[in-house]
Amino acid sequence: MPAVGKKQLHLAAQLPGIHNVTVWSDPRSESQIAIDSFVRLAQTAERGRFDFFFLAEGLRLREHKGRIYELDVAGRPENLTVLSALAAVTTHLGLAATVNATFNEPYEVARRLATLDHLSGGRAAWNVVTSFDAFTGENFRRGGFLTEADRYTRAAEFLATARALWDSWADDDVRADARAGEFLRPGAGEFAHRGRHFDVSGRFATPRGPQGHPVVIQAGESDAGREFAASDADVIFSKYNRLGEARAFYRDVKGRLARYGRAPDELRIIPTATAVVADTDEEAAAYADEITRAQVSPQTAIAHLEAVWGRDLSAYDPDGPLPDVDPEPDAQVLKGHSVFRKGREETARRWRGLAEERGLTIRELVIEVGGGQTFVGSPRTVADAIDRFVQTDGADGFVFVPHLTPGGLDDLVDRVVPLLQEKGVFREEYAGTTLRDHLGLRRPDLTRRHSRPSTTEAS
Amino acid sequence: MTRDTGTGIGTDTDTGTGSPLHLAVALDGAGWHPAAWRAAGARPGDLFTPGYWADLVAEAERGLVDFVTLEDALGLQSAAFHRTDDRTDQVRGGLDAVLLAARIAPLTTRIGLVPTTNVTHTEPFHLAIGIATLDHASRGRAGWRPQISARAADATHFGRRTTPRLTDDDVRDPELIAARLRPLFAEAADVVEVARRLWDSWQDDAEIRDAATGRFIDRDKLHPIHFEGPHFSVRGPSITPRPPQGQPLVASLAHASVPYEFAARASDVVFVTPHDRAGTRAVLAQVDEAVARSGRDVRARPLKRFGDLLVFLDAEPGSAARRKARLDALAGAELASDAEVFTGTPGDLADLLLDWRSAGLDGFRLRPGTLPHDLVAITRGLVPELHRRRAFRTAYEAMTLRGHLGLPRPGSRYAPVRS
Repeated sequence: MPAVGKKQLHLAAQLPGIHNVTVWSDPRSESQIAIDSFVRLAQTAERGRFDFFFLAEGLRLREHKGRIYELDVAGRPENLTVLSALAAVTTHLGLAATVNATFNEPYEVARRLATLDHLSGGRAAWNVVTSFDAFTGENFRRGGFLTEADRYTRAAEFLATARALWDSWADDDVRADARAGEFLRPGAGEFAHRGRHFDVSGRFATPRGPQGHPVVIQAGESDAGREFAASDADVIFSKYNRLGEARAFYRDVKGRLARYGRAPDELRIIPTATAVVADTDEEAAAYADEITRAQVSPQTAIAHLEAVWGRDLSAYDPDGPLPDVDPEPDAQVLKGHSVFRKGREETARRWRGLAEERGLTIRELVIEVGGGQTFVGSPRTVADAIDRFVQTDGADGFVFVPHLTPGGLDDLVDRVVPLLQEKGVFREEYAGTTLRDHLGLRRPDLTRRHSRPSTTEAS
Repeated sequence: MTRDTGTGIGTDTDTGTGSPLHLAVALDGAGWHPAAWRAAGARPGDLFTPGYWADLVAEAERGLVDFVTLEDALGLQSAAFHRTDDRTDQVRGGLDAVLLAARIAPLTTRIGLVPTTNVTHTEPFHLAIGIATLDHASRGRAGWRPQISARAADATHFGRRTTPRLTDDDVRDPELIAARLRPLFAEAADVVEVARRLWDSWQDDAEIRDAATGRFIDRDKLHPIHFEGPHFSVRGPSITPRPPQGQPLVASLAHASVPYEFAARASDVVFVTPHDRAGTRAVLAQVDEAVARSGRDVRARPLKRFGDLLVFLDAEPGSAARRKARLDALAGAELASDAEVFTGTPGDLADLLLDWRSAGLDGFRLRPGTLPHDLVAITRGLVPELHRRRAFRTAYEAMTLRGHLGLPRPGSRYAPVRS
């Protein structure tokens, strides 16, 4: 039973693609591509009554010093296609995908997401991201045309256009009345949108999905990103999984909602997190150290340093001190990676200070700044920490990223989730069938029903 | 053509010529008749639910067919080839066919899944990784039917280019249409070329997981594709590792010289629409000429030729024709189709298939007039009839779609040739 006066938390799982969070060298680690891996992790999340399963997106393999980066997992399937397959082997779990708003067009994205919503019975979600990256653009007709300043204006207009498309069919526009000979209502699907980035019109080919609109997720820490989430998203992913900074982020973003006529609980704030669970706190701490060291191999440590320093540091000993050479902040050593893009001189200064103060080697430093694991301890310790984080407004829940594929969620689901259920802060059974039900989000009304075909104008 | 029906099992007097017949079923809406959704047994209220499609594909798999095709289009369906319409008395609306195929993949084990996608307004990179992923998710049962967007109205959905606006005169003659759309076919061939290069861009053994050196992949086995064409360029490599079939099967539907050339250049399977045996020979001769002009070596890269037929099947003679006539009356017009329309019994259809096959076809893609009725008539009427004649498989013999068709798994063009 839900505990009186306590926040109910939301849980999600992500199958990690790239990045060194994945400990692929562990003998228990299996394929990142085989459908079985995705099925097992998704079914584990559903067994744990999680809100949703999330897959990020890759559009170009990363490069390091001009060659494909080879130390981390590379290669992943197209996420909406995988999630569609997972809809067949799950019944309640939400299915969320990152889809880039820069190298796609609203009509097609809206159509694919509406399709996933139909095929999953109302479980689709879309993490809207943008790119200004000409490196990624080399794989697309569009190329790398977008300036950084245009990122959020295009994303906002892209989302507005997608919503207009989803609203172009009313819920009851498919009549399928064989006796009367009326399959659909006249005018179903008519749309028009004219704006700075898109000028589109016609008839949308996919009827309104079970959720009306798929759940819209946004990720981003910048002021523009927070504003976009406050005005238009259902969920915001964050990286703030340390309580102090998380609470500041939470206060700030929830405080922005009123400006858009929204209540604080219309946006769920869900940071990315990890959990290391063992029988005792001591065992968990030792295991967490082991994982962290496996995540940062000597080669990985040097590669991270090179990404910040902007130069070849392969001659340096990963178990020795930081290089005494200065960074070349304008040289981009690592491409296709979202981190280490800005403020590298400042980062290098900070890292050098930290290493000198604490006497850290290169590898020790990279492990230190990597932040370690979010929740470490016995099942009881981890459950208490998760609960406290949410009850003190650090977040509304978490996206857990397991370091192992596909078994890395088992301890959390089998040992921690039951304790959260006991506390009355997490569901024992799904109350509804759609992802909006799980997240406690209303289904969008069809506001444009009477004015179709509507021309939506974007400023 | 004579047929031994008298003694049942063990007689194969008129069958064993040539290789076994291949059969595909084309799924679209409530069936290929515009009034099919009003037929008895139709489930028009379920067209946007996964259960409807899962049931149909499971039935096709019970019938051991090689593959199903799933239609798709960017815009709403319309009665005219080249124009949109405002009709409300026919099925309108559809789901993305690749996602639909992926939704069905875990519910089936052997049948090939061949979705259609538009290639005119879409990104080749996204298309290629979507089909590669379908192949991974189905363990080697993916195909792909790339389709150009022939309707000018589709372009306004994207707002970034225009395409030829076809006139009523254009659409009277398949050759005229094809000539007007020639640039879109050329672009489509580039899209398929990009997809095949992206599928090849990871060698099969690129993932090495070498803990000693910390290398997850051997980057020497990953290759940029460096495609540069008049419409787009794609650098590569793919983000998705090489699919189980190496290259998923590419299929296309062709009615005229330009699409025959497209098939010769880009396809593994071509669907053609002859109307009798003599016509079959003529069409296949044109396909062969296109293949010869393209310089394709069909021994190394076979092109399978399937005949398309729209079928109404009933066990009782005359029943299928009456059923079609009732649907024509409901629709207010006689069924018009690019493919030959067949009405009759499973025995009649088996006769026709074996007759036309003798003109050189490898198999047939049957378009059920109504669903599920005519699909069930195929799987439970026609297939047993073909079994009696020993003309069709009695069990799946392969796990992949290429395997069903006896097509080799291509090696990566980027892999070093072993001497």
